[in-house]
Amino acid sequence: MKKILTTPIQNEDLEQLTAGDVVYLNGYLVTCRDMPHRRLVELGQKLPVDLAGLAIFHAGPIVVKEDDGWKMVSIGPTTSMRMEKFEKEFIAETGVKLIVGKGGMGPNTVEGCQTHKAVHAVFPGGCAVLAATEVEEIERVEWLELGMPEALWVCRVKEFGPLIISIDTKGNNLFETNKVIFNEKKVPIVKDICSQVKFIK
Amino acid sequence: MNKEEKIQAMTEIMTKFTGYMGKHLPDDVTAKLNELREQEDSYLAKVVYDSMTENQELANQLNRPCCQDTGVVQYFVKVGSQFPLLAEVQDILRTAALEATKEAPLRHNAVQIFEEKNTGTNTGERIPWINWEIIPNEKGINIEVYMAGGGCSLPGQGKTLMPAAGYEGVVEFVFDVMTSYGINACPPLLVGIGIGGSIDVAAELSKKALFRPLGVRHSNSRGAEMERLLEKGLNDLGLGPQGLSGKNSVMGVHVESAARHPSTISVAVSIGCWAHRKGNIQINEDMTYEITSHRGVTL
Repeated sequence: MKKILTTPIQNEDLEQLTAGDVVYLNGYLVTCRDMPHRRLVELGQKLPVDLAGLAIFHAGPIVVKEDDGWKMVSIGPTTSMRMEKFEKEFIAETGVKLIVGKGGMGPNTVEGCQTHKAVHAVFPGGCAVLAATEVEEIERVEWLELGMPEALWVCRVKEFGPLIISIDTKGNNLFETNKVIFNEKKVPIVKDICSQVKFIK
Repeated sequence: MNKEEKIQAMTEIMTKFTGYMGKHLPDDVTAKLNELREQEDSYLAKVVYDSMTENQELANQLNRPCCQDTGVVQYFVKVGSQFPLLAEVQDILRTAALEATKEAPLRHNAVQIFEEKNTGTNTGERIPWINWEIIPNEKGINIEVYMAGGGCSLPGQGKTLMPAAGYEGVVEFVFDVMTSYGINACPPLLVGIGIGGSIDVAAELSKKALFRPLGVRHSNSRGAEMERLLEKGLNDLGLGPQGLSGKNSVMGVHVESAARHPSTISVAVSIGCWAHRKGNIQINEDMTYEITSHRGVTL
């Protein structure tokens, strides 16, 4: 059975999750990537959307204007690591509970998630049409002057996922754990290949 | 066809092809992904591959860009010196990028340097990027259209090594890029490596390496062997789909090379994500065309 989180997300919903779990989302998911993070954390501007208890999506979609609204065409995650510099303060300031993106994040985000009870999850990268079909409606857009990818698109989603928990509330970081394993494996592999490419003699 | 009609015909072909290749993966990439998918047995790897397959089916059905990040459009052109529209190619490709942005639609991905404004058209200073090779006495044109998202452009790196570092230094550099930035660049990846005597040469070759059809090896036997060793070694790391660990890491490793200065070895890495959107089209002087990357497709 699918495990589904519903906004507003409560701390108790998140505390039982562990890195590697797969969940889905019902409710509000707001796109938020480089520029709104910079505006809030570095420039001190107030976000035009109240994110308390909601989910953000590190994503810059393709949307088209349709009648008096917007249609979601294609929306997949972008590289979350770009927001690492801002995410701890962002979580503290906004009360956001679920951060969806792609790839891992670092120690600042882990600390933010642990202190303020939030999680980071991965939506499979490149699966942007799948994600678009799980968006029921774009309710509004803010900061459109930043351009299509950077604007805040406020989406209502239904069973949005799969979302693979990569950072949980307990300090686990799936990608960092994997990275240690990859780096350990790397040493003997590189040594072996190097012994076979001594072409300069 | 008079010249004006030819310009119109080529503009239409390139507009449609630019949109098409942003929605459909090339045949070799699709076949490779199916092959890699079958080898996975872990829960998370299967969840991710299932989503990837479902996504490509939905992109086909709904006629939408399979990944939202349709990149900064690049055209790698090999144009015959006798091609009748040689002088018009640049304008035609700029118009094609502009029109495909509206028709496909593509995401707006051209941010002007210093002004820091998104043009909203996918055209801007020197964009779409056009790389030129002139083929003496040929009458046709071959165009490689490429859309790299930000995610797989981010690992792009180069370094100029001293000869003492040797090809061993090249191997170490590639592995360092892959275990740091590669994980977040949507594996399984296609790894393009350029080796030459200066960083600009290595960088250009690393990008061009991404256009070689999967399964074709470097023409030099040592080059081919190095590709095989790197491919096996990187797969043994087991990055898996999306870096969540699995049986493989890469769709392939391609090395392109140019003779180097005796004092330097430059290496550069360009990465293609699993949604590797490359498209190759041959247009003849009479504006008939053949798409070699997506067989059987007419625009």
